[in-house]
Amino acid sequence: MLYFSKWKAFAILAVSALICLMAVPSLLSTSAYDSLPGFLQRKIVLGLDLQGGSYIVLQVDAGELRKGRLEQLRDDARRVLRDARIGYSGLNIQGDTVQVRLRDPQDGNAALTQLRTLAAPIGGTLSGTGQLDTDVSLSGDTIALAPTATGIQSRTIQAVSQSIEIIRKRIDQLGTTEPSIQRQGADRIQVQVPGLQDPSRLKALLGQTAKLTFRLVDTSMSAQQALQGRPPAGTEVLYSQDNPPVPYLIEQRVLVAGEDLTDAQPSFDPQTREPVVTFRFNTNGARRFAEATQANVGRPFAIILDNHVISAPVIREPILGGSGQISGNFTVQQANDLAILLRAGALPVPLQVVEERTVGPGLGADSIRAGLIASIVGASAVALFMIATYGLFGVIANIAVAINVGMIFGVLAMLGATLTLPGIAGVVLTVGIAVDSNVLIYERIREEARAGRSAISAIDAGFTRALATILDSNITTFIAAAVLFYVGSGPVRGFAITFGIGIMTTVFTAFTLTRLMVAIWVRSRRPQHVPI
Amino acid sequence: MRLLRIVPDDTKFDFIRFRRISFPISAFLSIVALVAFFMLGLNFGIDFKGGTLLEVRYPNNTLNIADVRSTLESLNLGEVQIQEIGGDGEVLIRVAQQPGGEQAQQAVVGEVRAALGDQVEYRRVEVVGPRVSQELLSYGIVGLMLAVFCILIYLWFRFEWQFALGASIANFHDIVLTIGFMAIFRIDFDLTSVAALLTILGYSLNDTIVIYDRIREMLRRYKKMPTDELLNHSINSTLSRSVITHVTVTLALLALVLFGGRAIHSFSVTMMFGVVLVGTYTSIFIASPLLIYLGVSTRAIAEKEEKEAKATAARSKAERITP
Repeated sequence: MLYFSKWKAFAILAVSALICLMAVPSLLSTSAYDSLPGFLQRKIVLGLDLQGGSYIVLQVDAGELRKGRLEQLRDDARRVLRDARIGYSGLNIQGDTVQVRLRDPQDGNAALTQLRTLAAPIGGTLSGTGQLDTDVSLSGDTIALAPTATGIQSRTIQAVSQSIEIIRKRIDQLGTTEPSIQRQGADRIQVQVPGLQDPSRLKALLGQTAKLTFRLVDTSMSAQQALQGRPPAGTEVLYSQDNPPVPYLIEQRVLVAGEDLTDAQPSFDPQTREPVVTFRFNTNGARRFAEATQANVGRPFAIILDNHVISAPVIREPILGGSGQISGNFTVQQANDLAILLRAGALPVPLQVVEERTVGPGLGADSIRAGLIASIVGASAVALFMIATYGLFGVIANIAVAINVGMIFGVLAMLGATLTLPGIAGVVLTVGIAVDSNVLIYERIREEARAGRSAISAIDAGFTRALATILDSNITTFIAAAVLFYVGSGPVRGFAITFGIGIMTTVFTAFTLTRLMVAIWVRSRRPQHVPI
Repeated sequence: MRLLRIVPDDTKFDFIRFRRISFPISAFLSIVALVAFFMLGLNFGIDFKGGTLLEVRYPNNTLNIADVRSTLESLNLGEVQIQEIGGDGEVLIRVAQQPGGEQAQQAVVGEVRAALGDQVEYRRVEVVGPRVSQELLSYGIVGLMLAVFCILIYLWFRFEWQFALGASIANFHDIVLTIGFMAIFRIDFDLTSVAALLTILGYSLNDTIVIYDRIREMLRRYKKMPTDELLNHSINSTLSRSVITHVTVTLALLALVLFGGRAIHSFSVTMMFGVVLVGTYTSIFIASPLLIYLGVSTRAIAEKEEKEAKATAARSKAERITP
């Protein structure tokens, strides 16, 4: 146990030193860090609880997603039946299905064949598994179209991917540093923005679908009349965001939608000096907008964002240039945010904020200080106690533990892991537990010496026997850390990481460094009795 | 230099006989813990209960708790807890989960911020919606059970089943006592508490296994020794290590409790109780004496080995006969 070949000793020292050195880039200033070659640019990321910032989890609104899918199915069914000239007496959404009641039951099979074309294979035709996203079934004179569970699932996953792209565009516009946007599970998106103190603007930006449409206002009756009676077919009543909200009777037909915008910028109206958003359409949008305004001079049209009427100006003259402006009593920031939303595009489904954690920079700095003080005090107390108990061997243990901590940070940097306050607690705890491996070895050596062995033989046997125990006891602790990593989230995961890495480095140093140092001491001193 | 020696060499404490006292004590404490858990319940933090938490600092002694209270009560947010912390103008505000789903929780932060104004420093804001809190709780419970299960399997592979069972009972005892402690002292039970419980689990096992390892080693070596004497000898010979490690871990934890900051305070205090008070006691006074009841005995081992030896002999004989 105490013999090390030169090569082995060298390898142990080299590996330990290398791992410790991996922690160095994390200590450098930003400019020095950036000048490092690419493979060395790995560092420990400070968790949001230490550097301050905002953590937000958004969830795809499953109900809205299902509703949207059903509405789309209903509209598609209407189009398909009309194209095939199949008569129906009823077409509506009931629960989780779209029900089509045929006028003539004879048409059953023809209608079924036509409606089956609406069911698309999941994942596209190329990589699909052959499963369809919609069940189409006929019973009597009624055909039911039901989105399948896997179909909804794949749409959810798609919606999350698309949303991540749009969220990234929106957040990038805010000019924050290094935001992280990740998928979490099947239907969630986790957004982390370091340094952000008040996420209410961010939440407002992310909480809007930002679906923009230009539609005509129906002037055949007033909105009040429509509310009391029945609105004419193909129209609906929408409200403005004023206080109290003003109702408008709006045609459902969309003249131009947000997808046809190429640019949107905040600016000021040259006449009224109030903040507005100017926009430009693409060719397609410009043409359609020109046609619509030409045909409807003198009538009001409405600009609608997420089912709210932003403004409803009267068309004074045809707008042919493909650009225009939206005014709606905005503040400067509102105009700014609307421009951001329009540039980034609409979310495929509404998102809900389900979790938010924000730490101010003051608390973050306090936590770093607290963690640092606790580490220094804890480590010094343990180190002093070890020296008082084991003398020179205590010093050896302390060196091993110090290198151990260096290696924890080295591994954290290599993994690009996040260091949180509980993570620092994990390091402090590792110091307490890492010395345990030394204690096990030293106590065993003392026992063997008391049992009458010579010093060298006692040291040798002490190591052999203690190492088996160290392995056994640390594996169980490691299992606990691994489970914690698996089920934990955020700061708790940070604890699991440092604690787990700490256990591995502890076993490594016990098997190599401590042994090597004791072996070197034994060879140079040739001790006659054990000094502990 | 004279070295510090906390435990003298060759102690001969009769830990095994002490089980007649330690077992009833543990049984009693476990019942107290369970009663506390069921009667008082755990003081769930917002991770598991949902709701809103704000940590706010009023600069330069402008804090007036009564003002804060009346301002927030006028918002009609249901149950609002206001607690002064640290004495540095800091207040912790907890608003219970609002009826009306995820959106309603988000609205709370806006209302409270509007009511308290911009003059204060918002040090921490956490909002956990009903869906997430449900999930976090079930994750926590699943995590604890998964950990116990994995460790049990590992011990079963590595030791005899009696040891695995003994360690599990001892562990369960630790968790029950710690949860009881948290219920009685109203310590916030949140995600970091789950981390604390799992660490206590791992650490307590670590301790138990060191002693079990020694027991196993002794069982192989001294086949004639009476079982209780063997167990006592194992505990006594590892006693010095148990105490020294105990001290180092206590030192590290003490630093965390005193200087680690409020964010991990409930974590550190729970660990202090679980590791320092319960863990070591359990390994020595519960886990090891339990083995007697679980049928670990020097005679059983001797008989088993005799049987195995016979079997091997028979097999080798059989092998010799068949060509």
